[in-house]
Amino acid sequence: MRPFTYERPTDVAAAVRAVAATPGAKFLAGGTNLLDLMKLDIEQPTHLVDVNRLPLSGIEDTPQGGLRIGSMVSNSHLAADARVRSRYAVLTQAIVSGGSGQLRNKATTGGNLLQRTRCAYFYDPSKPCNKRQPGSGCSAMEGLNRNSAILGASDACIATNPSDMAVALTALGASLEAVTADGATRTLAVADLHRLPGDTPHLETNLAAGDLITAVILPPAPPGGQIYRKARDRASYAGGLASVAVVGHQVAFGAVAHKPWRAEKTEAALAAGASALEAAHAELAGAHDNGKNGFKIALVARMTADALEQASQGRGA
Amino acid sequence: MKTTITVNGQARSLDLDTRTSLLDALREHLNLKGSKKGCDHGQCGACTVLVNGERINACLSLAVMHDGHEVTTIEGIGGEESLHPMQQAFLTQDAFQCGYCTPGQICSAVGMLKEAAENWPSWVTDDLDSAVALSDAEIRERMSGNICRCSAYPQIIAAIRDVVGDVA
Repeated sequence: MRPFTYERPTDVAAAVRAVAATPGAKFLAGGTNLLDLMKLDIEQPTHLVDVNRLPLSGIEDTPQGGLRIGSMVSNSHLAADARVRSRYAVLTQAIVSGGSGQLRNKATTGGNLLQRTRCAYFYDPSKPCNKRQPGSGCSAMEGLNRNSAILGASDACIATNPSDMAVALTALGASLEAVTADGATRTLAVADLHRLPGDTPHLETNLAAGDLITAVILPPAPPGGQIYRKARDRASYAGGLASVAVVGHQVAFGAVAHKPWRAEKTEAALAAGASALEAAHAELAGAHDNGKNGFKIALVARMTADALEQASQGRGA
Repeated sequence: MKTTITVNGQARSLDLDTRTSLLDALREHLNLKGSKKGCDHGQCGACTVLVNGERINACLSLAVMHDGHEVTTIEGIGGEESLHPMQQAFLTQDAFQCGYCTPGQICSAVGMLKEAAENWPSWVTDDLDSAVALSDAEIRERMSGNICRCSAYPQIIAAIRDVVGDVA
């Protein structure tokens, strides 16, 4: 691992100033993804600003009837919170479907949103990857693309976003708050946090350099059932091949695109009276098969139809 | 960088390269070799320790992040003179072959039982509104972050079940 300097501020303003003042600096939260990537020389920060002791570990009720989740709340504590379990079961399910108990104890709400893709070529510095090294090419395009994106990909990148939590947040219509380098607060829908790859797959979010996520805001839960479904190669502790979050009539897909994918065409088709399976296919009409990931199209359609049926019967309500 | 960590009840002051993982601090600087380095990437669980009572992968954490924290390793769980019930259960059930993953398995199991006692849900918890009952399926799911390449899983589950039965 390359050398770096380290500091641990205790207030948000100091943390944001510290990253802004140091070229090559990064925030360090749980570290379960960042430190892994630093060991592989894929992330190369020169300075780490540890945000673990910032006062961002609370979960509060909002006046609107939702929840305000501090960005340093661990994945475990968020999933176990009584209010989340009873009102946002899809979020608890999504979180506990990801990683292991040890990782969820360390991983944070803000860090989970900013984790990098698990594309095998991104993780292998000996191979071309436009995300890791812009302009070097995409090895997945003609290579091992079984777990690559089927929606919203580009000629430059077919990597997927690996978060389960973000899929549930997207279906729930959650937003986030961030403090910018100049100390201002900005708000962004979680659905608008991540970018599609286009010809700049190295740019993954719409946050500016030095922005620090401070909270995730859940709106009141809409009526109806809530379901998180995930298909993977092992029964536990494996990333998704595809996942589906259903919240009443709101639907999002995971592990099929560069971002958690809000299935607006599915939602519109449902509203127009389509069957669950027809509605699922409405979103997947533009899905792309790179050779080994085509199975995801039928998989997502069936998972979505099944999740919608179960949610309509009130499961998770 | 100067860092003080309470390890198995004793305050230990270290002057560390910022890159030192908590695992390397324990093994190479404090000579506590019980915690094992398997994958060094958070995939195998052999390095599992308890930090402020919660289990984490010591390989995916920097030692300097833990200044002021309380860390418990397998050496602090129990020793030859005073085996922890989980250690005794692993012996009784023959829950290992080579033993390399065992310290991580035991630390993880101890942390896992506390999580279940606090009613934390898992992926196989059907009813999020009721108390968690530690079925074999629940134990398997909650221990999935600890890999055993000798595949002693049936005995590991039996050992944990023994301890669950004792406290239930």
